[in-house]
Amino acid sequence: MTGALLAAEGGVRALRPTRDVVLATLMFLVFALLPLFASLAAKQYLLDIGARMMVFAVAAVALDLLVGYAGLISFGHAAFVGLGAYAVGILSAHGIDDALISLPVAIAVSMLFAWLTGIVCLRTKGAYFIMITLAFGQMVYFIATSLAPYGGDNGLTVAARNTIAGWPLLKSDRAFYYFTLLCLLATYLFCRVLVVSRFGRVLRGTKENATRMATIGFDTRRFQLVAYVIAGGLGGFSGFLLANLTEFVSPAYMSWQQSGELIVMVILGGVGTLDGAIIGSAAYLIAEEWLSGFTENWKVIFGPILVLVVLFARGGLIGLASRLWRRSGHA
Amino acid sequence: MSGTLFLVQVLNGLQLGVLLFLIAAGLTLVFGVMDFINLAHGVQYMLGAYLAVAFYGIVGNFLAALVLALLAALGFGLLLEFLVFRHLYERDHLDQVIATFGIILFLNHAVRVIWGAAPLTLPVPEFFTGTVVLMDGQLYPVWRLVIIASGVVIAAGLYGLVSFTRIGMLVRAGATNARMVSALGVNIERLFMVVFGFGTMLAAFAGIMIAPIISVEPGMGDNILILAFVVIVIGGIGSIRGAFVAALLIGLVDTLGRSFSIDILRLIMGPSPARMVGPAIASMLIYVLMAIVLYIRPAGLFPTRGG
Repeated sequence: MTGALLAAEGGVRALRPTRDVVLATLMFLVFALLPLFASLAAKQYLLDIGARMMVFAVAAVALDLLVGYAGLISFGHAAFVGLGAYAVGILSAHGIDDALISLPVAIAVSMLFAWLTGIVCLRTKGAYFIMITLAFGQMVYFIATSLAPYGGDNGLTVAARNTIAGWPLLKSDRAFYYFTLLCLLATYLFCRVLVVSRFGRVLRGTKENATRMATIGFDTRRFQLVAYVIAGGLGGFSGFLLANLTEFVSPAYMSWQQSGELIVMVILGGVGTLDGAIIGSAAYLIAEEWLSGFTENWKVIFGPILVLVVLFARGGLIGLASRLWRRSGHA
Repeated sequence: MSGTLFLVQVLNGLQLGVLLFLIAAGLTLVFGVMDFINLAHGVQYMLGAYLAVAFYGIVGNFLAALVLALLAALGFGLLLEFLVFRHLYERDHLDQVIATFGIILFLNHAVRVIWGAAPLTLPVPEFFTGTVVLMDGQLYPVWRLVIIASGVVIAAGLYGLVSFTRIGMLVRAGATNARMVSALGVNIERLFMVVFGFGTMLAAFAGIMIAPIISVEPGMGDNILILAFVVIVIGGIGSIRGAFVAALLIGLVDTLGRSFSIDILRLIMGPSPARMVGPAIASMLIYVLMAIVLYIRPAGLFPTRGG
């Protein structure tokens, strides 16, 4: 049943549960072993890239919940990330730098914003929804640039990484890396449980055919709003991590290009799989790292690649991999 | 808040509104007729400005540069349509968004590679360099008035074109039900191409006209694209009339809000909090306006029947 439903969604081939588990385990294993490899190969910058991959993966997984499972193409997801980051930054500017306060605030602010804008956005459908989420995201961006006391255009520096209950547990880069890994794992498992729950099935049903679900008796808009608020909160979570990773907060975190890049990560990996969001954010940052070695304007190369992916490689990297897998006789 | 200053800001607002209309008109037509969401419309505006600067450097005459840039922009737009966009009309919005986002990334950085990251300028054509005197000695540049006038003329022409000609009838019919139009024997692909080319030229024209008063730089089309989205969402997707009304509304609200928000807030709070809150509120205004309009009328002010 689940398999048939998934297969019907946008041509993404459903992964068998076992392969799903294998893929996820593999991904997290790679992330867990990366610091070891980094220190053996004496490439400490890998630690930073790995942490950034995971931070964006948290936001991308949340976005996949909306795009892939609820069929809501939100083009303002970076706003939630930015709000979470600014919560950390502004609290820290006032001397509050404990995660026990800043994390709940970051998530609550993003959820509140998601709820307020979601009420308006979800009155519309399709392309309207894309444009409105884009516009609300831009609104937050402009508010941030006009916040003169908190750095305005230039952003603000976070004095130090958040403490946890007064302990400077995240001070070392490696500790922060593993903390981020834990956060990503929690996000991933939470979303996994969510999409197979009754709630998730109603979301997917609404994506397939909203009229049918409404006729059965579901208040589809309320389900979508809850999904939007959850995804927003997870976006704020990612923002909390981002502010702590870079120890800097800037309006650029919530520019609409950033929102676009988050969608690109989801698509690149394979929409509607959750694993794809993680693979996609890793692939995006690897592409950035690799291509920017050729030219500072690496997006001149990446842009056309993106067009080609859309035109010829539907289902992203996961779709591509499962096609190759089938072709090699593992039908 | 003197009367003249207010008049100047109203004119600036109208000028922004007209500019937004030129961009939004193409966007809303392309969306209305083809159900195609084109994020790359903003970079076509940018490309228009860059091409005008480039051709001006060669021919040294604004009018000639304008015509050449328009033609080049049209050619490039049609090339994009042929290579990429036409394969996306049947796809879902997500694919369209991603592919056109890829084109934005490409073009924003391609102009950086070709012309450098530094802002370029285009001189105001000599005939229009002067200023006019508004009441009590306030000067206003003629070129801004030319922009307003040309925008109004184009809006009127577009209205006539869409309302009273055969091709306009096909466009309206296409916006209502493209499949039916195709079934009646109209070459819908050619209609798409005409509409798309026309939209591209309007965006490029906007970019060329504004180039003399702003700096031409990579990414200049990005923010204006979002404003154009706000315009067509408020106006109703697919509606030229809605785009015109909403464009002027947004232009005026944004400009007046930014100019007078601090003064107005001073009436209810001290000067220093007003200076702090004012800019933030001003930048929110149009989005709040959009939210209110959509809450009351989810399909915009002038909903088209087809979508």
